[in-house]
Amino acid sequence: MLADIAAVAGKDLRIEWRSRVTASQVIPFAALVLVLFGFALDANRPVLERATPGLFWMTVLFVTNLAVQRSTSIETSDGARRALLLAGIEPVAVFVGKALAVAVELLAVEIVLVGGVLVFYGAEIDDWGLLVLTCVVATMAVAAAGTLLGALVAGIRARETVLPILLLPVLAPVLISATRAFDDALGSVAVQGWAWLGLLAGFGVLNSGLGALAYGVLLEET
Amino acid sequence: MNRGVVPGGSVLAMAIISLTGVVALLGRFPGLAGVDLTVEAGEVVLIHGPNGAGKSTLLRVCAGLLRIESGHGQVLGHDVRSERPAIRRSVGLLGHDTALYEDLTVTENLRFWARASRVEEAQVPTALDRLGVPSRIHDVAVRHLSAGQRRRTALAAVVVRRPRLWLLDEPHAGLDAGGRDLVDALVKDASSAGATVMLASHELDRTVDLATRHLAVAGGMVVGDHGPEVDHAR
Repeated sequence: MLADIAAVAGKDLRIEWRSRVTASQVIPFAALVLVLFGFALDANRPVLERATPGLFWMTVLFVTNLAVQRSTSIETSDGARRALLLAGIEPVAVFVGKALAVAVELLAVEIVLVGGVLVFYGAEIDDWGLLVLTCVVATMAVAAAGTLLGALVAGIRARETVLPILLLPVLAPVLISATRAFDDALGSVAVQGWAWLGLLAGFGVLNSGLGALAYGVLLEET
Repeated sequence: MNRGVVPGGSVLAMAIISLTGVVALLGRFPGLAGVDLTVEAGEVVLIHGPNGAGKSTLLRVCAGLLRIESGHGQVLGHDVRSERPAIRRSVGLLGHDTALYEDLTVTENLRFWARASRVEEAQVPTALDRLGVPSRIHDVAVRHLSAGQRRRTALAAVVVRRPRLWLLDEPHAGLDAGGRDLVDALVKDASSAGATVMLASHELDRTVDLATRHLAVAGGMVVGDHGPEVDHAR
């Protein structure tokens, strides 16, 4: 199982590395969204400071949509999805491998975004531990949900437009929890950040569990 | 595995595929409308018929990819309804798609599929050599290959699995004369080694002598089942 997970994740990351889509398109897109949010709110600096955690995670959700689209298209082009079924890899290993690859890409983007909010928004970090853990746990939650929904829409002709309609509402609880935890980590609002992180971990476990259970059904041909 | 044993105790031919009244839907459209079929070990079965006749659908059912609506049967001793994952692991399917990742090289693709299929990666160079894929393109990304080179690579991925049941959908499509000869040789070698081959093709001229048995398919049903001499006579 672990070898299969590593093979799938390694394959997706290698494809991403070769295509340079994350480096040349996704990261610039994320930075651009962050800068444009900054332009929109810069006239009211206190509002920008208050809104920084939410803007950060909204940007991550937009990027998640792109990363999941890419991850899904890897398998839907030229019958690779069918070949995965024929190879006999456990669907849960495919799910975890693909979710891990998406998570690694998102974490790379988040590193750039953290730098962005520090530089462009003048944010200051009060609790690095809370910030890093929130990034890791929230990324796990969004990658799991995204990978599952990506498989759900894989057979739909208009999947590029259907995916965000499904994905963004599903990720709303993650957005809220991660934003609250970041409020505490950045010191922008006095909240119990660690408690929100616990809730976030709950969503992560829920999304991962659902994905592990349902992915095999979604992988099947109809 | 189905075995027919005569009173003296000798084993008759094994049924590799045994389908009875199989109906399979493609959406709401019946891709197979009641197929009865028995294929024994070592047979090379040519499936021919017009577009939309059900050739590819029959191969997908035999590969354990498509769920059947009614009927019953076994492939390689596994139930086509309840043991599809076991069937999938034992067959080699070449479909219309090549199932290759564009941004990976030829070798990386085959190594991934070998690892995923629990087959030794050491088989990869041999399989590529067998399909005449030149070593100069082994480390080239698939996106830079011609359609024929991709097809040969996809066939090599099937060879690596060393399946007991080969399911080939238009295996000659997109190949040059040399590639077509290689496919023929591959089918003959597989059959000689005891594997069973089902191949769907429109190219009767090419495949008429390759197969030991011809199935005519139309409207999702087997409408003809005979030896190659019948199509020869036509």
